Amino acid sequence: MDNTTPPDPVIELDHIRYAYPGEDPVLRDLSFTLNRGERTGLLAPNGSGKTTLFHVIVGLLPISGGTIRILGRNMESEKDFVWARKKAGLLFQDADDQLFSPTVIDDVAFGPLNMGKTREEALSVSRRVLSFLGLSEFENRITFKLSGGEKKLVSLATILSMEPEVLLLDEPLNGLDQATRTRLTGVLESIDASYIIISHDIDFLLDCTDTIYCLRDGKTEKDTTVHVHSHDHAHMMGHIPHQHK
Amino acid sequence: MLSEPFSIGNSVIHRIDPRHRILAAFLYSVVVAVLYQLQALALATAFSGLLVKTAGLDGKAVFRRLALVNGFVALFWLILPFTAKGDILFEAGPLTVYEAGVLMALQITLKSNAIIMAFISLVSTMSFSTLGYALRSLKLPHKLVFLFILTYRYIFVIEQEYRKIWRSVKVRGFSPATSIHCYKTYAYMIGMIFVRAAARADRVYRAMLCRGFNGRFHSLSDFPASGKNGLFLFIAIVCTVLLVSTEWYFHG
Ligand SMILES: Nc1ncnc2c1ncn2[C@@H]1O[C@H](COP(=O)(O)OP(=O)(O)OP(=O)(O)O)[C@@H](O)[C@H]1O
Ligand SMILES: [Mg+2]
Repeated sequence: MDNTTPPDPVIELDHIRYAYPGEDPVLRDLSFTLNRGERTGLLAPNGSGKTTLFHVIVGLLPISGGTIRILGRNMESEKDFVWARKKAGLLFQDADDQLFSPTVIDDVAFGPLNMGKTREEALSVSRRVLSFLGLSEFENRITFKLSGGEKKLVSLATILSMEPEVLLLDEPLNGLDQATRTRLTGVLESIDASYIIISHDIDFLLDCTDTIYCLRDGKTEKDTTVHVHSHDHAHMMGHIPHQHK
Repeated sequence: MLSEPFSIGNSVIHRIDPRHRILAAFLYSVVVAVLYQLQALALATAFSGLLVKTAGLDGKAVFRRLALVNGFVALFWLILPFTAKGDILFEAGPLTVYEAGVLMALQITLKSNAIIMAFISLVSTMSFSTLGYALRSLKLPHKLVFLFILTYRYIFVIEQEYRKIWRSVKVRGFSPATSIHCYKTYAYMIGMIFVRAAARADRVYRAMLCRGFNGRFHSLSDFPASGKNGLFLFIAIVCTVLLVSTEWYFHG
């Protein structure tokens, strides 16, 4: 790529290490950089630490070594992370964990209100995001009565309403039908943010991302095998990384 | 996710300023908690029932929540009637049932049901963030509001986990019986409920942190001043005065 503009790192992880209490480290000596405008995929087996990595990035899990920089700022204390969470929107793997307000609009406006927006501003940004996602008629729906796929989309709305600069999407396709997937792909294409997507669906990653990384032994690796393999196709078992000879 | 089935509605109660509702619920439950005369307690239970009706809540859902509370109350019935000393009500074989114990258990039952019903209809009828917001505007300290709100949420989470686990046990053909297998299942279930509720509460809290939550609550809805608020508070005070007078009258 012949990028003439110097890279502007959004997320920089430098030799970070994380272990759940009393267990072997899940992330060891992991370094990774996401530059502005980059659209990255993360593809790795179950239990390899993808979700853990996202939670580490926004400071929900404290690292035991290494440094994290978000938009050039060193993450040293909870205060830094509080600031960073407004810049980096995390979509949880399980939408049930993300939604906690009774109605959709309450939930979508929760972030903007916390960021100090007035009631009117929060409502207007929330409505704009809902209509952007084609969810306008969901405004007054009750969150716990939504279907699984609807919850996933509303969760995305709760994050977009905070107007983050980088998105961390943990398996956004979970429970989405073909039409909604296409809509999500369209949304991601038109969005002006850098992002990392965790997904087990390689076709989706090829559509929405420029680079795909893999997590192996607690470290990220650029998966060149997958990278060169970027033509559109679909066939049985097509979701498993593979090569056409 | 946390469900707040009661907070959605458009009854007279839902439209009253949340601050007035909280004040009324607080006043009412303090008074009910100190009542002793059965007549006064019965009247309180009737008032609370009327409140639930006015709030237009789903009877079945209210009943389920009450059942949960009465599960704990049942423990008192298992112990108090046989242990409190004093006049004997009757003797059945080796068991002696004491009047004072029965009375105490009855008081606890009425009190807790009256208070819970009042809280369900006055406080559960507002959303989680509206509640936090209202408590804040009643000038309670941030830390206290936060603590209170999370405790309150926790109860709902536990109930939800209980229902989920129960469903999962049922679809796998479990039916209650007196066997080791059955007791073991119950023990696992109770353990799982608390472990999962704690984990769930933790994840929801994380989700709130991710969205810039800093201990302060905001509300989307506006509660304009209206004559109804004053009227509501007036009725609440009249009811509590009635309860106190009943107590005095029968105290005699
Ligand atoms: N709360 C926890 N306590 C202890 N170990 C955990 C906890 N959460 C996850 N783990 C372990 O950490 C490892 C990584 O988990 P993680 O959830 O990050 O995997 P993942 O890559 O997101 O998997 P999936 O594709 O299934 O979502 C797993 O081996 C898991 O067992
Ligand atoms: Mg995961």
